[in-house]
Amino acid sequence: MPSSIASGKAPISDEKRRGPPLAWVGWAFLGLIGAVTVAYIAGKAWSNPVLFLQNILDGLKLGFVYALIALGYTMVYGIVKLINFAHGDVFMVGAFTSFYAVSRFRLHQWPSAVFPGIDPTVSVIIGSITVVLLAMLICVLLAVTIERVAYKPLREAPRIAALITAIGVSFFLEFFGALPFVYSGRFIPYKAPFPTTAWYVQDGIHPIVSGTASPDNTISFSNIFLLIAAASILVQVFLQWIVKRTKIGVAMRAASYDKSTARLMGINVDRVISFTFAIGAAFAGLGGVLYAIAYSSIWSQLGVLPGLKAFVAAVLGGIGSIPGAFVGALIMGQAEALTMGYISTPMRDAVAFAILIIVLLVKPTGLFGEPSGEKA
Amino acid sequence: MKRVLTIALALVLTVASLSAADLKVGVLSPLTGPVPSFGLSVKEGTLLAVSEWNAKGGILGQKIVPVIEDGQCDAAAATNAANKLINQDQVKFILGEVCSGATIPVTELAGAAKVLLLSPTATNPNVTVDKAGKTKDFAFRACYIDPFQGGILAQFSYTRLKAKNAFILYDQGNDYTIGLANAFEAQFTKLGGKVVGKETYTKTDTDFSAILAKIKAAKPEVVLLPDYYNIVNLVTKQAKEKGITVPFVGGDGWDSPDLDKAAAAGGYYTNHYSPEDKRAEVVNFLKAYAAAYKDDAGKGKVPDALATLGYDGANLLFTAIKNAGSTDTTKVKEALEKISFNGVTGKITFDKAHNPVKALTILSVTKDKIAFDSVVQP
Repeated sequence: MPSSIASGKAPISDEKRRGPPLAWVGWAFLGLIGAVTVAYIAGKAWSNPVLFLQNILDGLKLGFVYALIALGYTMVYGIVKLINFAHGDVFMVGAFTSFYAVSRFRLHQWPSAVFPGIDPTVSVIIGSITVVLLAMLICVLLAVTIERVAYKPLREAPRIAALITAIGVSFFLEFFGALPFVYSGRFIPYKAPFPTTAWYVQDGIHPIVSGTASPDNTISFSNIFLLIAAASILVQVFLQWIVKRTKIGVAMRAASYDKSTARLMGINVDRVISFTFAIGAAFAGLGGVLYAIAYSSIWSQLGVLPGLKAFVAAVLGGIGSIPGAFVGALIMGQAEALTMGYISTPMRDAVAFAILIIVLLVKPTGLFGEPSGEKA
Repeated sequence: MKRVLTIALALVLTVASLSAADLKVGVLSPLTGPVPSFGLSVKEGTLLAVSEWNAKGGILGQKIVPVIEDGQCDAAAATNAANKLINQDQVKFILGEVCSGATIPVTELAGAAKVLLLSPTATNPNVTVDKAGKTKDFAFRACYIDPFQGGILAQFSYTRLKAKNAFILYDQGNDYTIGLANAFEAQFTKLGGKVVGKETYTKTDTDFSAILAKIKAAKPEVVLLPDYYNIVNLVTKQAKEKGITVPFVGGDGWDSPDLDKAAAAGGYYTNHYSPEDKRAEVVNFLKAYAAAYKDDAGKGKVPDALATLGYDGANLLFTAIKNAGSTDTTKVKEALEKISFNGVTGKITFDKAHNPVKALTILSVTKDKIAFDSVVQP
C-alpha cells in the first residue's frame, strides 16, 4: 500500500485488519442487546405514547443542559488537545455565583430597587439577565485563571501531565468549595430569581397552578425547559457564527489545525486559547444557572456528573466538533431519560458510561469527528 | 509506708466526700466534634430532668449527681469517656451517647460492667441488639429506630389519608431510606393497601422527571419518600411542575429549616414531638425548658427533638429506678422492661429488643409553615 507508506504510517498487517479471531461474537452480543433494548422501548412507547413523549421531552431538557457544557469540552479539546476536567466544576461555580447574587445580594431585583416605578415583570427579566451575565463573567475569569495558572506552563509538556493537572484542578474546586466558609458541603436550596410556571397540553396549552393536579395522560413542560432549550440552541448558532464567520473564529480553526504554523502567520495563539477557555466557561456558567433554576438544589459537587456526561456527549459527537457535541448531548439526554423511564433509574449513569465505552470501541472518532493522524 | 498511708487516707477522704445519699449518673454527650449542637440539646434536656427530680427530693431519697463527659460522637473518644465514668467515677447508669457509632462500643463496655446504658437518640438497631440478634441486657434507648417510622407512616397513610394505593420512592444506597421503605411496604400491605409502584434512585440524582411521569401514570393516593430534605426539595418541586398533587409522606429526614415548604406543601412527615401538641406533658416541658434555658436574645428556648429525647430518656431511667425501689442495675433493667411511661414524646413502653414502642407525631407541611397534624399510636 504505497499511500500509507507515503503518509508515514506503518502498513497494516492482515491480522490487525481482520481484528482478533471471534471478534464477531462480541459485536453480535452488542447488537443483540441493542436490538432487544430498542424493541422493548418501542413496545412500551406504543402502549403509552403520551408517557413516551413526556420522557422524550424530559430527555431534551437534560440534553440541552449537557450541550451547554459539552461545547466547552469539545472546543478546548479541538485547540489544545486537553480534556479539561475542571469544566464541570466551572459549571458548578456558575450555579453558586447566581445563588449568592440572588439570595444574598438580591441582584435579580436591582432594576426595581434603582427605578421604583418599573414594571415588576420587566424588572425580573432585566435582573435575571444580570444574574446570568454575572455568573458567566465569574466563570470566564475563573476559567482564564485556571488556564494561565495550571495549563499554560504545561503546554509543551506531555499531554498526560496536563490531563492529570486538569483532574487536580477539578478536585480542588470541588473540595475547596465544600469548605464551610466557601459553599459548605451541604445541599443548599436554590431560590430561583423568577417563578417557575408549567403548562400541560390538552386541546391547547393550559397553565398548571402549583398545588393542583393536571389531567392524566397529558404532556407537561415548564418555562425553565423553554429557557434551557432556547439558550442551548442560540448558543449553538452563535458559536457556529463565531467559528465560521469571525476573525477570531478563523484564528481558532487555524490554531486547532496547526499551532506553530498559525503562530508563524501572526496569530497570537495564547490569546486564542484563552478566548476558547473563556467562551466555553461562559456557556458552562449559563448552563450552571439554568441547571440550578431547574433542579433547585445545589452543592459543591453539582458539576461532577453533568460534567462527565457532557464529556461523554462530546466524545460521542466526535471530540473537537461543535455540532457533534450538540448532537451527542441530545443523544445522551435521550439515553438517560429512556433508561430512567423504561429500564431503571439507577441504571442511568451506567448506561451513560457504557455509551462512552461503546463509542471508544466502535468509533473512537465519534459521530462527526474527523479521523486525525494523531500521535496520541 | 508513709506514702501508702497518704494514698489510703486520700482514698478514704475521696470516698467520704461522696455522701452516701448521692446517685451518680453518667451523661455522655458529644459536646465537641462534628455535632456539638446535638450534644448541647441532649445535655440541656437531660439536666432539666435531673434538676426537676432533685427539686422533688431525688430518687429513693438520693440526690442525683450528673457526671458529664464528652463523647465527641466518636467511638474512641466515647469509649475513653465511658471507661472513666465506669472505672473512675463508678457510675451505675449512663445516659448517652447521642450518635449510634459512638454508642455501640460503649454498650459493650457498660454491659460487661453491668452498668445500665440508655441512649436518648441512637437509632441504629445494633445499639440494643448484638450482631447475633440477641438483645443486650443493659442497653436501652429512648428514640424509635428508623424503620419504625415506616410502619407508622403506612398506618397514617391508610387510616388518616385513606390511601389504598401507595407508590414508594427510595435511595437504593441508603440504609435509612431502605429501612423505612421496607417497613412501610410490609405494614401498608398488611393493612390491606396496595403498593402500585416502587422506584429507586441514587443520592446524586437531580432529575426525577421519569420517575414522576411513572407516578402520574400509576395514580397512587400517597407517595412515600423517606429521604432527607435535599432530595425531598428536588422531588416535590419537580412533582409540582408536573401537576402532581398526591401527598408525599416521609420520615424525620424531612425535618430541616432548609426544607422547601412551598414545594413540599401538602406533604406529611413524622417527628418525635411537636411544640404545638396540647398534651400536659408537652406544655409543662415547654414551660420548664423556656424557663431554664435562654437564647442569645434572652428569650426562652424552644426545645428541639433532641432536647426532648434527652429529657424523656432521663425521666425513663429515673422512673425505672424509682419503680425498682433500688439502684441495683439488674432490678432497674427489669423495671425498664415493664415500664409504661407518659413522656413528652408520647406513651413509652419497651419491646423485647429494648426499643421504645411509642406514638409518633405527624407534622403537615403547608406553604408557609410546618403544623402539628396528629399523633399516631403504633
